Amino acid sequence: MKVWKGNLLKMKKSLIVTMALTLSLSLAACGNNTNNGANNGNAAATNNASTNNTASADLSGSILASGSTALQPLVDQVSKEFMDKNSGVSIQVQGGGSGTGLTQVSEGQAQIGNSDVFAEEKLDAAKAAELVDHQVAVVAMAAVTNKDVGVDNLTKQQLVDIFTGKITNWKDVGGKDEKIQIVNRPSSSGTRATFEKFALGTKTEDLAGSIQEDASGTVKKLVSETPGAIGYLALSYLDDSVTSLKYEGVDANEDNVAKGTYPVWAYEHMYTKGEPDAATKAFLDYMVSEEVQNGDVVELGYIPASKMEVKRDAAGAVTK
Amino acid sequence: MSAKTADKIATGVIVFITGLIALALIGLLGYILFRGLGHISWHFLTSPPETIRKGGGIGPQLFNSLFLLVLTMVITVPLGIGAGIYMSEYAKAGKITSAIRLVVEVLSSFPSIIVGLFGLLVIVNKFNLGFSLLSGALALTIFNLPLMVRITEQGLRSVPVQQKEASLALGISKWKTIRSVQLPIALPIVLSGSILAAGRIFGEAAALLFTAGMSSPRLDFSDWNPLHSDSPLNPMRPAETLAVHIWKVNSEGLAPDATQIAAGASAVLIITVLLFNLGARALGRYMHNKFTASK
Amino acid sequence: MKKSNDREVATPHLAEEWVGKVYTFICILFLIITIFSMVYFVASKGLSTFIVNGVSVKDLLTGLKWKPDSDTPLFGALPFIFGSFSTSILAAIIAAPLGFCAAVFMVELSPKIGRTFMQPVIELLAGIPSVVYGFVGLSVIVPLFRDIFPGQGVGIAAGSLVLAFMILPTITTIATDALASLPSGLKEGSYALGATRWQTIYRIVLPTTLPAQMTGIVLGIARAFGEALAVQMVIGNAPHIPHSLFESTSTLTSAITLSMGNTAMGSVQNNALWSLALILMMMTFVFVFIIRWLEGRKKL
Repeated sequence: MKVWKGNLLKMKKSLIVTMALTLSLSLAACGNNTNNGANNGNAAATNNASTNNTASADLSGSILASGSTALQPLVDQVSKEFMDKNSGVSIQVQGGGSGTGLTQVSEGQAQIGNSDVFAEEKLDAAKAAELVDHQVAVVAMAAVTNKDVGVDNLTKQQLVDIFTGKITNWKDVGGKDEKIQIVNRPSSSGTRATFEKFALGTKTEDLAGSIQEDASGTVKKLVSETPGAIGYLALSYLDDSVTSLKYEGVDANEDNVAKGTYPVWAYEHMYTKGEPDAATKAFLDYMVSEEVQNGDVVELGYIPASKMEVKRDAAGAVTK
Repeated sequence: MSAKTADKIATGVIVFITGLIALALIGLLGYILFRGLGHISWHFLTSPPETIRKGGGIGPQLFNSLFLLVLTMVITVPLGIGAGIYMSEYAKAGKITSAIRLVVEVLSSFPSIIVGLFGLLVIVNKFNLGFSLLSGALALTIFNLPLMVRITEQGLRSVPVQQKEASLALGISKWKTIRSVQLPIALPIVLSGSILAAGRIFGEAAALLFTAGMSSPRLDFSDWNPLHSDSPLNPMRPAETLAVHIWKVNSEGLAPDATQIAAGASAVLIITVLLFNLGARALGRYMHNKFTASK
Repeated sequence: MKKSNDREVATPHLAEEWVGKVYTFICILFLIITIFSMVYFVASKGLSTFIVNGVSVKDLLTGLKWKPDSDTPLFGALPFIFGSFSTSILAAIIAAPLGFCAAVFMVELSPKIGRTFMQPVIELLAGIPSVVYGFVGLSVIVPLFRDIFPGQGVGIAAGSLVLAFMILPTITTIATDALASLPSGLKEGSYALGATRWQTIYRIVLPTTLPAQMTGIVLGIARAFGEALAVQMVIGNAPHIPHSLFESTSTLTSAITLSMGNTAMGSVQNNALWSLALILMMMTFVFVFIIRWLEGRKKL
C-alpha cells in the first residue's frame, strides 16, 4: 500500500515537473510576445519590462531590422554602437534577403526593412507607397575577372556582349585566348538588378553553362579560382585575388561614384512603414549622422550617402 | 576462372573499396580538422564575432548552438517518448495506426529546407514568434520528433515481453508498467539514440536560416534571468548557431580572416559531433553494464 | 500485497491508466497536426501560383525556361526537376556499391575492425553539417574536376559526388543491418554446400537482402533530393538542362535557397518558388510510398 502511494506521488511529481516546464516555457513565450506586440503597435512609449533601464535610457523599445544581406554587416555594426549609447533600446538585425525585409516591414513584423533595391521593384505599388525610404549608404559594384584574362577595361557594349553570350572568348575584347566563364547572380538578386540596370542597361537571360551564386564570398572564390571567369562584386569585397575592371575607362572607386562618373551603384535602403517611432527614428538618424557615415560606413566599404554629388530616383533618373 | 580465384578477387575488391572509403572519410575529417585546428584557441571559442576586423570569435554562436539543442530536447523528448509509447503500446493494429506510421515516416524524410520555409511561414510569421531561439527549437522539433518516436519504439520493442507480462500479471496498470518496467529497460537505447539525434541537429543550418535567424544580439553573460532581453537564456531572442555562422561567414563574410574563422568553426562543429557520438557510446555501454549487472 | 487493498488501489489505478493514454495520445496528435498543417501551408502557397497567378501546371512541369523576372515571366521548372533527379540518382549509383562493400566488410569479413573503426567513422560522417560538406566540395572537388575534365568543375558530377558522401552513412547503416539480420542458417547452408564466401554473398546474401538494400538506396535518394545548402554551393545554379555532367545546372532545392530571400512574399516570383517546394514535398511522399512497398516485399 505504502509502496503504491509512494510511487503514485513520484509519478505525480515527475508529471508536475514536466508540466511546469512546458508551462513556464509557453508562458515565457507569451509574455514576450505581448511585449513585442505592444512595441510593434505603440511607439517608444511602451517600456519593455524586460530591459533593465539605467542611466541614459530615455529611449526605449525593441527594433527588428531585417532584409538585405549586403546591408546586414553595416546595420549590425551600427546597431551595436547605438545600443551601447541607448541601453533601453534593443535592436535585432536579421538577414534573409531584400524581399524578406520588404515583406516583413510591409506586414508589420519588422520595424525596418533593409533593401538593396527600391521597394517599388519588389512590392506592388500600393504596398510600396506605404513605406518610407531612408537611404543610408551607397554601394558600388565593379566587374571583376580572374587574374589571368589580361583585360583591365571593358566598355558597356563589350559587357553586354559578354553577358548575353555574343562574345565568348577574351581575345575578342583584347585579352588572351581563353573562354569566358560567367559567374552571375540569380535573377532575383538586387546586386544583379543594379548591375544590369546601370552597367548593362538591359536585362539579360541566364546563359547555359553560366554559374549563379547569390553570396558575394562564393562569387569571389569562384572568380578567383576559375580561369577566364568574370563576375561582379560590391567594392567592399574587392581584394588582390581578383582583377577589378574599369568601366568605359573609369576606375571603380569612391570618388568617381560620388562625382557621378562611375554609374554602377545603388542606394542601400532602410524602409519603415509610415513614419518611424521615436526609437527607430533615433536609430535611423544615428545611421546617417556624420559619426557613422564617416566611420563605419567608410570602414565597411560603403560610400556615405552624404558624399554623393548626384542623386537618383526609383526610375533611375540621375540629377546633380 | 575458378570459384576460389573469384572469391579471392572479390574479397580483395571489397577490402580495397572499404579501405578507399575509410581513406576518403579520414581524408575528409583530416582536411576539416587540419585546416581548422590551428585557429582554435580559448579566445576564439569565447569572444564574439567581428564584422570587419580580424580576431573575431564564435563564443555566442557556440553557446547558441548548445542552448538551442537543450531547448529542442526539452520540447522533443517528452513529446517524442509519449508518441513512441503510443505507437508501440496503445495503438491498435489497423488502418489508422498504419496511416499514423506513414505520417511519421513522411515527417522524418521531409527536406530540411521545407521545414525551414514552413517555420518561416507559420512559426515566425503567423504565430509571431519572430526570428528566435524558440522558433528555431520548434523547427528542429519537427525534424527530431519522428526520430525520437522511432528510437522510443525500438527501445520498447527490445524489452523482453515476459517482463512486461509479469508486471501486468501482478495487477500493475499498463501505464505504470510502461513507466516503471519497460522504459527503464529501454532507457539505454533511447538515451544513446537521442544523443546521436542531438548531434545531427547540432549541424543543421538550412532550417535555422529561416527560423532562428542570422544575427546574435549582444548578450550579457552575467544576467541569467530568462525574461531579460539581454540574457543568454531568453528564448525569444534571435540566435545564430555555429552551422549558420559558418554559412554566413563563407557567403558574406567581410572580415579579413573569414576563411580561417569558417575553418575553425567547422572543426569545432566536427569535434562537438564527435564528442556527442563518443558520449552516446560510452553512456550506452555504462547503462548496459549497470542494468545487466544489477538484475 | 493483501487482497483487501484492491479496492483502494482501483481508483488511482484507473486514473493512472487514463493519464498515460491521454498523454501519449496528445503527443501523437501533435505530430499529426504538425504534418497536416505543413502539407496545408506549403500546398496553399504552392498552388497559388496556378490559382492566383494563372500559371499553368503543364507549363511549370514541362517548361524549359525559368525567367521569373523578365517582362513576360516564364516559369518552366523542368531543368530543376531534371537536375534534382539526376544528381540524387547519380549520387545513389556512386554510394550504393560503396555502401554495400563497406557493409559486407563490416559484417562478413572483419566485424572487429568494422565495429571499432568503420562504424564510428561512418556515424561521424552523418553528423557533419551540410554546410561543411558544401564548403569542402567547393574547395576540393570543384577545383579537382576543373583541372581534370572540360568545364568549370561545377555541375551534376560535383553535386552528386558531394551528395554520395552525405548519403553513404544512410545506405551503409541499412545495408549493415540487413546483412546482420540474415538468418545464419542460410549462409551456413551455402558454405556447407561448398560455396565460397563470394558465391555465398553473390548468390545468397545479395538476393535475399535486396529489398532491404533497395530501401536504403531509396532513403538515400530521398535525402539527396532534399539536400539544399551543400548542393547549391557546387552545382553552378544555371537554370538549364546541361549538356554534360560538368556543366552548371540547378536543382529544386538550390533554386529555392537562391531566390527565396530575395523575393517578396505574395509576389508571383515567390509563389513559383513555393510551387517548387510543393513538388519537393510531393516527391517525399512518393519516396515514402516506394520505401513502404519495398518493405512490404521484404516481409514476404
